[in-house]
Amino acid sequence: MSNLIASTAPKARQLTHEEIHDIEHEKTHYPYAQAVGLEALKIVQKYQGWVSDESLLAVAEYLKLPPDELEGVATFFNMIFRRPVGKHVILLCDSVACWMLGCDNLKAHISSKLGIDYGQTTADNQFTLIPVPCLGDCDKAPTMMVGDKTYRNLTPARIDAILAECKAHG
Amino acid sequence: MAKITVDGKVFEVDPNNNLLQELLSHKQDLPYFCWHPSMGSVGSCRQCAVIEYANDDDQRGRQVMACMTSPREGARYSMDKAHQFRAQAIESIMTSHPHDCPVCEEGGECHLQDMTVMSGHTYRRYDGKKSTHNNQNLGPFIGHEMNRCITCYRCVRYYKDYAGGTDFSVQASHNHTYFGRFQDGSLESEFSGNLAEVCPTGVFTDKVFSKVYSRKWDLQSSPSVCAACGVGCNINPGERYGTLRRVVNRFNDEVNGYFLCDKGRFGTGYVNSAQRISVNMSRSAHDARPSEITPVDAKAKLLAMKGNAIGIGSPRASLEANYALRALVGKDNFYAGVSDVEFGLLNQVIDIYQNRPVHIASIKDIEKCDAILVLGEDVTNTAARIALALRQSVKNIGKEMAARIKLPMWQDAAIRTLAMDKKSPLYILSSHATRLDDIARQVHIGSAADSARIAFAVAHVLDSSAPAVTGLSDAEMALVNSIATDLKAAKHPLVVSGTSSLEPALLNAAANIATALGNGDQRGNLALCVPEANSLGLMLLMDGSQNSLGKAMQSGARQAIVLENDLYRRAPSATVDSFLSGLQQLAVLDHLQHRTGEAANLVLASGTFAETTGTFVNYEGRAQHFYATFKPVAAIQSSAKWLCDSEFGNEPRIHILTGGAAAILPNGYKLQKLTPGADWTFAGQRAPRQHHRYSGRTVMRAHLNVHEPKQEQDEDGLMNYSMEGVPATKDATIFNSPWAPGWNSNQSLFKFQKSAGGELKQGSHGERLFDENTGAKAWYAAVVQQAAISGFAQFPIYHLFGSEELTAQSEAIQAKATGAYVALNPADVARLGLGASDGVQVQHNGAVPYLARASITPGTVGISVGLHGLNYQNMTTAGVSLNKAANWQNPKDWRASNIIVSDAGSSSAYGRGTQG
Ligand code: SF4
Ligand code: SF4
Ligand code: FES
Ligand code: FES
Repeated sequence: MSNLIASTAPKARQLTHEEIHDIEHEKTHYPYAQAVGLEALKIVQKYQGWVSDESLLAVAEYLKLPPDELEGVATFFNMIFRRPVGKHVILLCDSVACWMLGCDNLKAHISSKLGIDYGQTTADNQFTLIPVPCLGDCDKAPTMMVGDKTYRNLTPARIDAILAECKAHG
Repeated sequence: MAKITVDGKVFEVDPNNNLLQELLSHKQDLPYFCWHPSMGSVGSCRQCAVIEYANDDDQRGRQVMACMTSPREGARYSMDKAHQFRAQAIESIMTSHPHDCPVCEEGGECHLQDMTVMSGHTYRRYDGKKSTHNNQNLGPFIGHEMNRCITCYRCVRYYKDYAGGTDFSVQASHNHTYFGRFQDGSLESEFSGNLAEVCPTGVFTDKVFSKVYSRKWDLQSSPSVCAACGVGCNINPGERYGTLRRVVNRFNDEVNGYFLCDKGRFGTGYVNSAQRISVNMSRSAHDARPSEITPVDAKAKLLAMKGNAIGIGSPRASLEANYALRALVGKDNFYAGVSDVEFGLLNQVIDIYQNRPVHIASIKDIEKCDAILVLGEDVTNTAARIALALRQSVKNIGKEMAARIKLPMWQDAAIRTLAMDKKSPLYILSSHATRLDDIARQVHIGSAADSARIAFAVAHVLDSSAPAVTGLSDAEMALVNSIATDLKAAKHPLVVSGTSSLEPALLNAAANIATALGNGDQRGNLALCVPEANSLGLMLLMDGSQNSLGKAMQSGARQAIVLENDLYRRAPSATVDSFLSGLQQLAVLDHLQHRTGEAANLVLASGTFAETTGTFVNYEGRAQHFYATFKPVAAIQSSAKWLCDSEFGNEPRIHILTGGAAAILPNGYKLQKLTPGADWTFAGQRAPRQHHRYSGRTVMRAHLNVHEPKQEQDEDGLMNYSMEGVPATKDATIFNSPWAPGWNSNQSLFKFQKSAGGELKQGSHGERLFDENTGAKAWYAAVVQQAAISGFAQFPIYHLFGSEELTAQSEAIQAKATGAYVALNPADVARLGLGASDGVQVQHNGAVPYLARASITPGTVGISVGLHGLNYQNMTTAGVSLNKAANWQNPKDWRASNIIVSDAGSSSAYGRGTQG
């Protein structure tokens, strides 16, 4: 690589045993190691919460993929986080059905309660708020996901309860 | 052929091609972005929309993308009816475009500007926010201004899919799609410069040009030929205010097509160098200070040497300059200014081309080949454009698969998906890992002589009458058999070799294989790379003479004229020292000062390729004519003109000298066909070097004098140093740059081609001097196993950036180059007891840094050629001893981070490691 970036360039970190184990398992499903790129990123995110430059380089090195190509994959998919996120990622639907049923108000409610806008994380690293286009649950709009759980027919009061519960269960 | 009707007009089109390309072939103005003649169609930009009607009754039709449509016999289409859609497509693209044409370097030759005007989108309604991106520092060659992107995907398709680059990708999606690297850093591909031409907007621009920017219409340009290696790519250099500003590609169907390498594009800074010899100097004695003399005196002194001097020609000077020197000193006193080893090798290349039944492969031929053996030539570093061609050859398997399922050849994405990672077979025999290893089926590392033995064995397997080789290992025989099998099975098998390994047996073995591949009327393809722009031209002028440089140095001559040459790059330093010190009078004609020039008592300032007109003969024996781009200051003359005495009328027009050379060269009469003739005019006028929109002519010198000076005259004819003449529309072989009404960018080229993407209307530029030999097969004798040598067996390592003498003196190239070094296997590094920052003392030579490379065979050493700090010519014995250097400190020009190696097991994965 170029001398332009030599000193500050991030370096690949060591993948953990768990990560390597899971990636190896995924590899058995595909004809080429390169095809595992996206799955490997998901695995890293599962353990690390997000995909840092160091993690991305580690996966690239492990799968013998150019980091540039893997970055193309990582940034194409919204749900691969290339920036640190809070412990709980709130995915609030802002698509048509939820919009008709007032998701804008819910967004304002969450924002004022947590003090964060879309794309931001609370100072205590508990919550990150991200908009998402349609969770496929339009008949129960408005909806959101926190972590891997979906919540339906939301109201400000229900949101308060959900957030409190998340906090309580750490 | 199919007949179609477009807006009532009937066209004959090729149904195997896409509708866009066919309409362009008929010179129709149909806008497009993502389609590229060399890269096919992906249908991503929606700009080439047309309406297709189902039948005669269909009044509505349906909208299709012309680039993704196969024209149907008898079908009806409309470009007009989709006009509004195309305008809307642009309007939508423009919602995230900054409209910064006045400060954009693409302005004035921008495909986006042209298409916007053509589509009719002239009024901006969008007043919302636009996305903004971070721009990356992509190194010394290419600028990045992502906000201008229209997401046509051409860049990534070119860089990754076409050129095989791995450090570039498309990132993110929808309105924040991004084209760049994972992180800031110098682009690694040796072909990155083409991004500036492939990108239809000002995202990727020529960074070297940026610093001395001028609009396209303000550049004085001419058709020229790259002087930086033996491939002979066609270029358009551009000048303003007496300095060379940039080089862009000039299309030649059979040679470079649409693409150049980065050395050719960015390596011409030496033309403007402060180190240029811009005055003529003489001195009375060796130790006297040189003093400036007038051009008239300089010429008189030079011509006074006639009858007493020997002449040393140059493989980087034009045919005409070499011919003039030969004529001045006489055939018997004319010597070839190449190393003695190279002298033999180049004669061998000529012998093979003239006397073996092989087909000399042009780059266009190479791209058609479907099984390749690369024999001891690191083409990426010695003949880069050929490496780019080989990256296309290995894709032929995909085209074959596509043909089987009747997929049209322009279906780029579909064919790539179909082929996945399948590649046509390419084998590499080399002394170290090379940049093409990633596309090779198998790479064999061994000495050049060992590679030759394997290659001789391949020839024998292909044709049992070719000499056999004994003593190969089982593994080597397995390799021999798979190479032979793949070459034999191929429709167009190819052998690529060359002189750079300095091994005669390699050339012979390559010739044997190509001969063995001959079958009936079909002859095996052979491409033999030669080092310099006119290596073959010089050697053809030798006309069988055995006057090597070694002979010149032993001739006992007391006077010598050295043409565009630093002898210290051609022979051992001590030999040159003693030759030069024995001379009473030494005249050197060159562009930049060097050790030979410093020893001269007469130094003549000679014009570079950009300031002179002449002819080069490339690796395939193709003679190509280049026209001076601009006139240098009065003290600088072309070498050819300096060397002419009254025999030619002192200042003859160049074609007189070309004619002289023609009488010596094989098929020399063809040289007369390189130009439309010295007295050519069109409608009574010559062709202009300046654009018809050239600005400032009356005020360019206003700070000096308000009178407009007389335009410079070109005594050589054909082209004016002015705007006067027939605008560059008639003959693409003598135009300043491509331009057509409505088409200001290089995309206008299709208007000059027979069919879009194909040959120029005037045919491919250049004349091939070697006739195809149709004689019987004949063989070169195979080599026997080498005797063991003492010390390390050395082999040369070349660098695209730095090994070539002139380009190495360009700032942009220096930023990508390094000083001299040796490359060793890590085991030998340990054996020599070398620590991380130690240096290596090379026998008969200097001490240099080292690079550990896993691919290098223990006991061998790669020695850099041409880089500052070592003279490869000093190593005259087979085997050198290496020692740890005493009191070592790495020199400042040692930049290991500029060396891209592809050795497996190097410091980082996927062949992008740097070491040191
Ligand atoms: S950077 Fe240029 S070539 Fe690449 S997608 Fe954007 S406009 Fe097209
Ligand atoms: S391949 Fe050779 S001739 Fe072509 S651009 Fe590069 S240096 Fe010039
Ligand atoms: S619109 Fe919100 S779930 Fe479908
Ligand atoms: S050129 Fe046809 S869609 Fe881009």
